[in-house]
Amino acid sequence: MADGSIGLWTVPLAVLGGAIRVSTPFLFVSLGECITERSGRINLGLEGTLVMGAMSAYGISYLTGSPWLGVFAAGITGALLGALHAGICSLPRVNDVAVGIALMLFGTGLAFYLGKPLIEPTAPRLPAIDFGWWSDIPQLRAALRVNVLFLIGIALAPILYWAFRTTRWGLLIRTAGESSDAARAMGHSVLLIRLRATMVGGFLAGIGGSFLSLFYPGSWNEGLSSGQGITAVALVIFARWDPLLCLWASLAFGGAAALGPALQSVGVTSGYHLFNAAPYILTLAIMIITCSPKRTLTGAPAELSITR
Amino acid sequence: MDFGRISRRHVLQGGAALTLGAAAGVRPAFAADTTIGFIYVGSRDDYGYNQAHAQGAAALKKIPGLKIVEEEKVPETDAVEKTIESMINLDGATLLFPTSFGYYNPHMIKMAAKYPKLRFEHCGGLWSDKDPKNAGSYFGYIDEAQYISGIVAGLTSKSGKLGFVAAKPIPQVLRNINAFALGAKSVNPKATTQVIFTGDWSMPVKEAEATNSLIDQGVDVLTCHVDGPKTMVENAARRGAFVCGYHTNQSALAPKAYLTGAEWNWEALYPKFVKMIAAGEGIPNFYRGGLKEEIVKVSAYGESVSAEAGKAADEAKAKFLSADGFAIFKGGLVDNKGKTVIAAGTDRGQKDPELEKMDYLVEGVIGATS
Repeated sequence: MADGSIGLWTVPLAVLGGAIRVSTPFLFVSLGECITERSGRINLGLEGTLVMGAMSAYGISYLTGSPWLGVFAAGITGALLGALHAGICSLPRVNDVAVGIALMLFGTGLAFYLGKPLIEPTAPRLPAIDFGWWSDIPQLRAALRVNVLFLIGIALAPILYWAFRTTRWGLLIRTAGESSDAARAMGHSVLLIRLRATMVGGFLAGIGGSFLSLFYPGSWNEGLSSGQGITAVALVIFARWDPLLCLWASLAFGGAAALGPALQSVGVTSGYHLFNAAPYILTLAIMIITCSPKRTLTGAPAELSITR
Repeated sequence: MDFGRISRRHVLQGGAALTLGAAAGVRPAFAADTTIGFIYVGSRDDYGYNQAHAQGAAALKKIPGLKIVEEEKVPETDAVEKTIESMINLDGATLLFPTSFGYYNPHMIKMAAKYPKLRFEHCGGLWSDKDPKNAGSYFGYIDEAQYISGIVAGLTSKSGKLGFVAAKPIPQVLRNINAFALGAKSVNPKATTQVIFTGDWSMPVKEAEATNSLIDQGVDVLTCHVDGPKTMVENAARRGAFVCGYHTNQSALAPKAYLTGAEWNWEALYPKFVKMIAAGEGIPNFYRGGLKEEIVKVSAYGESVSAEAGKAADEAKAKFLSADGFAIFKGGLVDNKGKTVIAAGTDRGQKDPELEKMDYLVEGVIGATS
């Protein structure tokens, strides 16, 4: 302790820190996808949206000097990609999963192409709020440096949960997702509802991307996302389309991402590939336990192309 | 008159004529120029390994008569064979540089056997007599620069704890870790180097987590061996730790935290290769060199490097540059499990091929290879 090291305490602290640092992109993408899927459509393209968001946020922050403008630009980029997805899917006989895969490749490719000149420069980052001021342990203070986006994400989950249950908009989205005939009979345009839901989903995913490039790990490069967007889309199914469960699942995935490096740092060196794979093993296990061939997934919107 | 059919027939005839012409007459057109193909495993703007090679390729572009074709993000699978085939058959490349470790065997060897008249130069492989004669492997002893980084790190660290963020436990990476640790131990025998493997060449989130975990353990100087060191450099500097760079000079990212770094110098080597071919002498199949041969270099010392550390580093550099050279891995070397890996009395000089099969971490390194 005297030399400033905290020994085995590193592991729980790293998992806590990881849950705070790494979970935010998972949270935003999964909440966004939750909205989209509740309206009856799957947007697999959010991986591309996440990367595009990261790139555009970094670029705008670098060019204007304002990281918040970057976050906004990332959201707009995400909403536009969402609109593109919804627009193509509103054509007859278009499969939303296939369009999503195409947009995932399009988004990442476009971001890599436009992002080439942004790899070397350093853009202004988002500020952190120091929640560890009461502690004199530097490691704890570092773990508790929290970004506002994380707090917004945490607040958003219960708000969405509430909105789905009690607001008119929530009801409309759920109606479009459960039975498009019912929504149409009520005089609403299902396509318009889904367009809006996909755009909001894209907006949130774009903001998730801005967190990656402007806060943590905090720079733009082509390996930045390494599949986090896709993982987050899978998280929605894992969380049974429930925003509150999305929050817990995101925190768990964030903490799990920190587990491998933290265990190595305290000397548990064998099988680090296995620890790195921990979140995916967890997902598979839960999927297998909760699946049944006799019924569709509980909580799944009836209009989704994968459940229909 | 049916215009549609006539025009279609004309188009077909025209196309056939073009194809014939292409098959018969286009090849000699390339003879005047030499086309060189570069293949990278990641993005060539990664501010790291691939960018260092791309800078070498850019140095060749300035030489008249050379045409450079490049392809990035080619996985270390049979995808690289397809890329090589297309560079040869579509671009007319006669000299190829597949620059990633995993391209060598079996992929590049297979292609070299298939195209015996073309030249293949691989970065990092271990060419042996059994391999095709038109294939070659070159590499730089960047561990010399890592050893110097280790000296600077050892003399800068207050806690005596150094950190190393590494991708995979392959020989080149282990050699760098060991050289860094031995450099630090040469000036501070109590110094330890803690290593964390992220599992792959570009994993920014894992690299950032590894950096934070190391600093939480009291590490105050870090270096790395991943494709893009930017994530480690920026995150360590934010936490107030010092860093040593890798692949290229990253001092612009964190001028106060950047001590020194181990850099490639492909801009110097690739034009040298081309001159060898132009002079008709050819490139040796097994080409190696370090600081003395100008294949690697050391970053200029940053502002936080003390006069003492700078002096110790300069002395080590002078030893590497001397006519006798300097062996980092000397006899009586014990690994971190207590096993003697180099028997007392046998110094392994830099050119010793045994070093390129390294599978251990030396005493003073905290971590394991599996």
